[in-house]
Amino acid sequence: MSAVRSNRALGKFAVIGVPYVWLLIFFLLPFLIIVKISVSEMGAVSVNDLITYKDGVLSLSPRLGNYATVVRDELYFDTYLSSLKYAAVTTVLCLVIGYPFAYFMARARATVQPALLMLVMLPFWTSFLLRVYAWKGLLTEHGWLFDLITASGLDRPLAAANLIPAPGQLMNTPFSLVLGMTYMYLPFMILPLYSNLSKMDLRLLEAASDLGATAWVAFWKITVPLSKAGIIAGSMLVFIPCVGEYVVPELLGGPQTQMIGRTLWDEFFSNNDWPIASTVAVVMILLIIVPLALFNKYQAEATEARS
Amino acid sequence: MTAGAFLQIRDVVKDFGGHRAVNNVSLDIQKGEIFALLGSSGCGKTTLLRMLGGFETPTSGSILLDGRDLAGLPPYERPLNMMFQSYALFPHLSVWENIAFGLKRDKLPAAQVAERVDAMLKLVQLGKFAQRKPHQLSGGQQQRVALARSLAKKPQLLLLDEPLGALDKKLREETQIELVNIIEEVGVTCVMVTHDQEEAMTMASRIAVMSEGRLLQVGPPGEIYETPATRFVADFIGNVNLMDGRLTVDEPDHAQVGCADCTHHVGHGITGTEGMPVTVALRPEKIRIGREAIAAPGDAPPQFNRVRGTIKDMSYFGSYTVYHLQLASGQILKVSTSNAERHREHPLTWGEEAWASWSPTSPVVLTQ
Repeated sequence: MSAVRSNRALGKFAVIGVPYVWLLIFFLLPFLIIVKISVSEMGAVSVNDLITYKDGVLSLSPRLGNYATVVRDELYFDTYLSSLKYAAVTTVLCLVIGYPFAYFMARARATVQPALLMLVMLPFWTSFLLRVYAWKGLLTEHGWLFDLITASGLDRPLAAANLIPAPGQLMNTPFSLVLGMTYMYLPFMILPLYSNLSKMDLRLLEAASDLGATAWVAFWKITVPLSKAGIIAGSMLVFIPCVGEYVVPELLGGPQTQMIGRTLWDEFFSNNDWPIASTVAVVMILLIIVPLALFNKYQAEATEARS
Repeated sequence: MTAGAFLQIRDVVKDFGGHRAVNNVSLDIQKGEIFALLGSSGCGKTTLLRMLGGFETPTSGSILLDGRDLAGLPPYERPLNMMFQSYALFPHLSVWENIAFGLKRDKLPAAQVAERVDAMLKLVQLGKFAQRKPHQLSGGQQQRVALARSLAKKPQLLLLDEPLGALDKKLREETQIELVNIIEEVGVTCVMVTHDQEEAMTMASRIAVMSEGRLLQVGPPGEIYETPATRFVADFIGNVNLMDGRLTVDEPDHAQVGCADCTHHVGHGITGTEGMPVTVALRPEKIRIGREAIAAPGDAPPQFNRVRGTIKDMSYFGSYTVYHLQLASGQILKVSTSNAERHREHPLTWGEEAWASWSPTSPVVLTQ
């Protein structure tokens, strides 16, 4: 009996423990190494000069100079700001495009819903990199989309809005960057919204209609508030990876669109300044942890409210 | 049909694909009535109610409320409100905001909204719970919020879809009376849908029994129970013994029906021809049971309206007991006796032979 119980406890521990051990070894440990490097100076590779144990007193002597550099240097500050800005713009665009998409998907006939869902997932079957390159082909001079936009004169308002430096130049601009990121992250917005909206009790809309609400009012007063959890989940799934996005800014962005992911790469691999690069990475994680913590808090409250 | 009924349903048909959900229904409902549409699931009662609410469009026919044709009016423009099955309360809004939702849509000034919501909360005795969210309330409290929400706009017609279906039995019985009291206090005309005959009988002033999209019988509860028009209605409402037989005598003041186990003597004439197949419906509580071959009560000749059988089964329900008497033909006759006394000497028991008898006023002869 007790053997069975201890076996079961062991099994339970293994099931829960494996992912924890995985995260411990492949996330927490490397992260601690990064933190360690960020509080070191160039050339210092040993832990010994950070932690000293002398006369029974354990003393830490982190070098916070890198943090001071990152916080004070306007270049880093602007890059963080621009990362947050492009991530926010991408999130809003994904929400604006994804919400109606998810809404009509959730309200489509049950028989066509799996097919629609498949269409959203289908791009994942090809390589991420390949799809970014495809955009490059569409947007460079005499690319298919380039011709369409320039021929229709759409590039002029884009230039007026300062999204492209001049008409006739689409690649390596804020426009191409946001377009690429919105395209890449749209499914991450649609899927949680769809799963939320498809679970909604449609009788609530009938009740709203019965009480005098037009479809428009019912949408804003009932559907949107009830899909708040989906909106937040989708926004987090888009915003967080967008802040640190590297591939899209590298391939579709330009000099105007410096983002922190690229800075990180440059510091690590061009400048080989690992302490500064590690500091940039740690600050980026802090930037992302704040919205994530808010999200978790909201979710905990929502769960509490439901029980 | 009277011309000026408050709610007039005229030849309403509803087809879903190839399926006819509501088949040529016509009904007149008077102002102030509590009217119940009663039937098993899929009989078309909910579809009919949803057509009144504007959630479904009739394939043909018309619906008039207070003389005004409702065709083409969307739900949000109809002067009626509905209390939905399992309530459909807005989960993200408080009790107060749920009740205020409809009033705010009318663009009433805030003070008037507040006054009306508070009056509604008082009516359903939920003042203390105004700031709670629906999931923080019990089933009975949610039901009262739903009622308050549907009454807040002073609708001309209140629609109730299975109003008590989500409550447990004990609470349902209490709530039935409370609900009727509130509806009568407000004085609103009410159409309810239910599959629960007890609910329909206790709450409604008139009942329409529906089956396969058609109205089978419309009348007050007592009339539907005591004089069912068809075999289906007799069987659907309450417990009944149905015995097939042939009409043997049909005089103006009495009729006789010969069945396999006995001959029924009925104290009134039947509009039929002698020899035609009929069904006799006999309610279990209208039969007496005993060890002796007692003559049937009333003025029936002694050899009629009685039958002998063996007690195959007994179901004790507390206030009454139902005996299952197996007759010579094998048919089971259900007889219920009220347990007025706490202890009975030599009660009837399993396997005993017993006689059942009934008066000429008890059987109902059904020709369809």
